[in-house]
Amino acid sequence: MSTMTGGAVLQWPESLYRTFHRKPGGGQESTHYCPGCGHGVLHKLIAEAMDDLAIRERTVFISPVGCSVFGYYYFDCGNVQVAHGRAPAVATGIKRALPHSVVISYQGDGDLAAIGTSNILHAANRGEPITVFFVNNAIYGMTGGQMAPTTLDGQRTTTSPRGRDTMDTGSPLRVSELLSTLDAPVYIERVALTDAKHIMTARRAVRKALKAQVEGKGFSLVEVLSPCPINWKMDPAESKAWITDHLMPAFPLGVYKDVLAEREPQTRLAPQLALDKVAELFAAEPSVERTGEPTWDGVADRYREPQVKIAGFGGQGVLFLGSLLANVALRRNYHVTWLPAYGPESRGGTANCNVVISAEPVASPMVTEPSVLMALNAPSLERFEPTVTPGGVIVYNSTLISKTPTRQDVEVVAVPATAIADELGETRAANLVLLGAYLAHTGMFSAAEVEATMDQVLKSHGMLELNRQAVARGFAATT
Amino acid sequence: MKRTSEGEIMTVAGSAVEGPAVVIDEDLCKGCGLCIDVCPPGVLRQDSKLNHLGFHPVAYLGKWCNACGLCFFACPEPGAIVVVKPSRRHR
Amino acid sequence: MAVELVKGNDALLRGAVLAGCRTFYGYPITPSSEIAESAAALLPQLGGTFVQSECEVGAIQMVYGAASAGERVMTASSSPGISLKLEGVSYLVGSELPAVIIDIMRGGPGLGNIAPAQGDYFQVVKGGGHGDYRLIVLAPNSPQEMCDLAMLAFELADRYRNPVVVLSDGFTGQMMEAVEFPVPVTSIPPKDWAVRATPETSGNLINSIRLMPEDLEEHVTALFEKYASIEAAEVRYEEVQTADAELVVVGYGIVSRLLRAALARVRDQGLRVGMLRPITLWPYPSQRLAELAETASGFLVAELSTGQMVEDVRLAVNGRRPVAFHGRYGGAVPSVDELVKAIEAAYPAEGRSA
Ligand SMILES: Cc1ncc(C[n+]2csc(CCOP(=O)(O)OP(=O)(O)O)c2C)c(N)n1
Ligand code: SF4
Ligand code: SF4
Ligand code: SF4
Repeated sequence: MSTMTGGAVLQWPESLYRTFHRKPGGGQESTHYCPGCGHGVLHKLIAEAMDDLAIRERTVFISPVGCSVFGYYYFDCGNVQVAHGRAPAVATGIKRALPHSVVISYQGDGDLAAIGTSNILHAANRGEPITVFFVNNAIYGMTGGQMAPTTLDGQRTTTSPRGRDTMDTGSPLRVSELLSTLDAPVYIERVALTDAKHIMTARRAVRKALKAQVEGKGFSLVEVLSPCPINWKMDPAESKAWITDHLMPAFPLGVYKDVLAEREPQTRLAPQLALDKVAELFAAEPSVERTGEPTWDGVADRYREPQVKIAGFGGQGVLFLGSLLANVALRRNYHVTWLPAYGPESRGGTANCNVVISAEPVASPMVTEPSVLMALNAPSLERFEPTVTPGGVIVYNSTLISKTPTRQDVEVVAVPATAIADELGETRAANLVLLGAYLAHTGMFSAAEVEATMDQVLKSHGMLELNRQAVARGFAATT
Repeated sequence: MKRTSEGEIMTVAGSAVEGPAVVIDEDLCKGCGLCIDVCPPGVLRQDSKLNHLGFHPVAYLGKWCNACGLCFFACPEPGAIVVVKPSRRHR
Repeated sequence: MAVELVKGNDALLRGAVLAGCRTFYGYPITPSSEIAESAAALLPQLGGTFVQSECEVGAIQMVYGAASAGERVMTASSSPGISLKLEGVSYLVGSELPAVIIDIMRGGPGLGNIAPAQGDYFQVVKGGGHGDYRLIVLAPNSPQEMCDLAMLAFELADRYRNPVVVLSDGFTGQMMEAVEFPVPVTSIPPKDWAVRATPETSGNLINSIRLMPEDLEEHVTALFEKYASIEAAEVRYEEVQTADAELVVVGYGIVSRLLRAALARVRDQGLRVGMLRPITLWPYPSQRLAELAETASGFLVAELSTGQMVEDVRLAVNGRRPVAFHGRYGGAVPSVDELVKAIEAAYPAEGRSA
């Protein structure tokens, strides 16, 4: 070996595989790109920046569909190949899982500006701290030269054979301009792969965008006007001239956004198991201590195994009343289900729920023929009275329901629940008055049991005394 | 051609290349000519022969390269061009 | 012993947390939104990730990203949203990524309505996305199972590197029942295939392209060998009173609860009726159904659809016994009465025929 005669060399970037072992067939030292294609140039600029920033091992390169779908043949880093247009969404998932990573989303103009428009817009708007390289070649390369959203007015492609008619197909979409109107992105620049000066500007932009991510600054994007000689049906030299003469006027070069200096680095942590915190949060959820046996002792046969329908208008605490009743029963070791009417059924101001209490596991949580109806307002009584099983119980709020139930084959308990609640100074406690009345009438559970349950399941204890009084007044109302 | 990862010694066919110089791997060149266009002193030209890929590769005239590196950045192929800068001793 | 009355949707999210899931990507849709809401409330407190995505297409791709990075990750939606996610599901399968997808089914087609339904069986169990693939599909019928099967879903997803769907309905999601929460998973087995932005994983590739037909065929063959092992090991179902059953009713999810209530009634009338409830919709308990076709004289399938799962029952029974069907759809739910009548109608006239 001779002595050192040469100086530093510019050569094969280390961040590109030395042999493209994933590339099928021969030629594993050359790319699959056409002669003069901008993708190859941009790959080199990115790889060389990765070398200099020493980020190769923590880089994740995302290749969505387009001519660069085989990015993973080349980049010697973590590689994720993804669906057409979706790279920014995938990048979001990766970057949030691996905040220390450097995530590159490398996208064509069909990919980013057509099928993936919503994904790029929202990733940019969320300020995902990723780096996007956007190759604008004004055409669909991979699929053989169809029109792209960036295709110029009058440009012929296989799907605009008479030239793009912008009145019919829209005008070239200016992505850098569009995204730079958003608050979150920190750096957006459009560059071109043409002459030496522009290539060196592109090189600086690539570095700056990656550095922005390394420094945790936020979302950056470099749009690259890039030749596709094959589909433009030009030689590489003509392609360069066409970029200068036609693409550049439609897509002016320059920095569209640069707030790098004023943005603080973001600090996001990788997700943790945090088991202590899990235990703490789970323990904070309301639960009841089970006591006793579900025997129905002391409860008349006709009141056992109740199928309860509770109905009223929104704001009357119908769902809460149901869940409290269910919890009281659960505390006594009964099997219970609670099922709300949800969606449109619960809109327009009405609310209802079903509670089933049983000594055996509950089969169906649906109550279509209730043995107990608690009605808090008139429409509820009207609607559900006909469904109550013969021999069932109707407990209703007689303050708000003037028309008494007409059924002769059921037990009817009228309770001026709202009036009693008003006396207590809290109209909304009418539900608890009604619950007290139902329990007193049937002898199912005592007021003390309700109180003990509320004590365990209510998150805020501020209303406990009032609630206790409302239940007690309900119990008293029927005796 | 042998590339060195040491980054200092460049040898072609066993002998060292002295910078400033450019080394073309004609088997990896796709003959697009982008390097020719950007070369300030114009020391690159297209060869008339065909390489194994079926392209006319680029060839270096053999002198007057100033190792500016522009051809390297303009070239789409990772391995087609190596630019050897002059060692400090030679400056 | 303390016990909680918990909504199915909440139980499911908490099951996911116990399974070590700290990452949720989703887009709101009734009746699954509560899962997203619980995730938004809970996960950030645990140092986890919640993102409301731009759409379901985006959500499932964020899941793809997090799964590529080795996270236990989930998304939840309801029928129309699942249609959108199927693009990503196919890629997840192709790239062999584990992920958990929740479908709280609602009425369709189209915008349909938000009432409970089971019209997604075909799109979830039989495919819906492009290409040859299978999803493991779990069908809970109670809040307790929403929790337990969510936990199982993460375990199976990781074990087989395949997406797992928890297929449920608005009622199971909305209802409250007692739930006892299992102990949390304390460590998640490392995934050496994941792309973790580390020196050790920088050679890893997540990929669903296989350009050469022979490569793709080999890959799909490997997938289906994996699926064969799942079919051998992971079939789950519940049987009720099938030993002496003349008629076996088959239903999953909320329908199995309604059938159970009907069963109690017809047993009181002296009809020998049993139930098989598939818990895994894929792999399907076909073999057990085939065995039951030896002892029972007929089958009745009930679904909240015009008849989707019934096809799997018919395939399993393979023409040996009549398979009747009772379906309500569009968000309608059969009453127990109605199911009793359907059972009576399907009950073999002369008992077990020789
Ligand atoms: C869902 C979906 N639709 C369509 C395609 C087909 N397809 C592949 S690449 C492509 C366009 C690529 O163009 P562009 O993003 O501009 O990248 P280029 O090839 O020009 O680099 C299309 C339409 C696909 N792969 N997936
Ligand atoms: S078709 Fe165009 S974009 Fe694709 S490799 Fe060829 S030149 Fe490049
Ligand atoms: S390094 Fe500069 S001078 Fe030398 S061949 Fe390349 S472009 Fe020409
Ligand atoms: S730019 Fe590269 S590929 Fe193109 S002619 Fe020059 S050396 Fe060959």
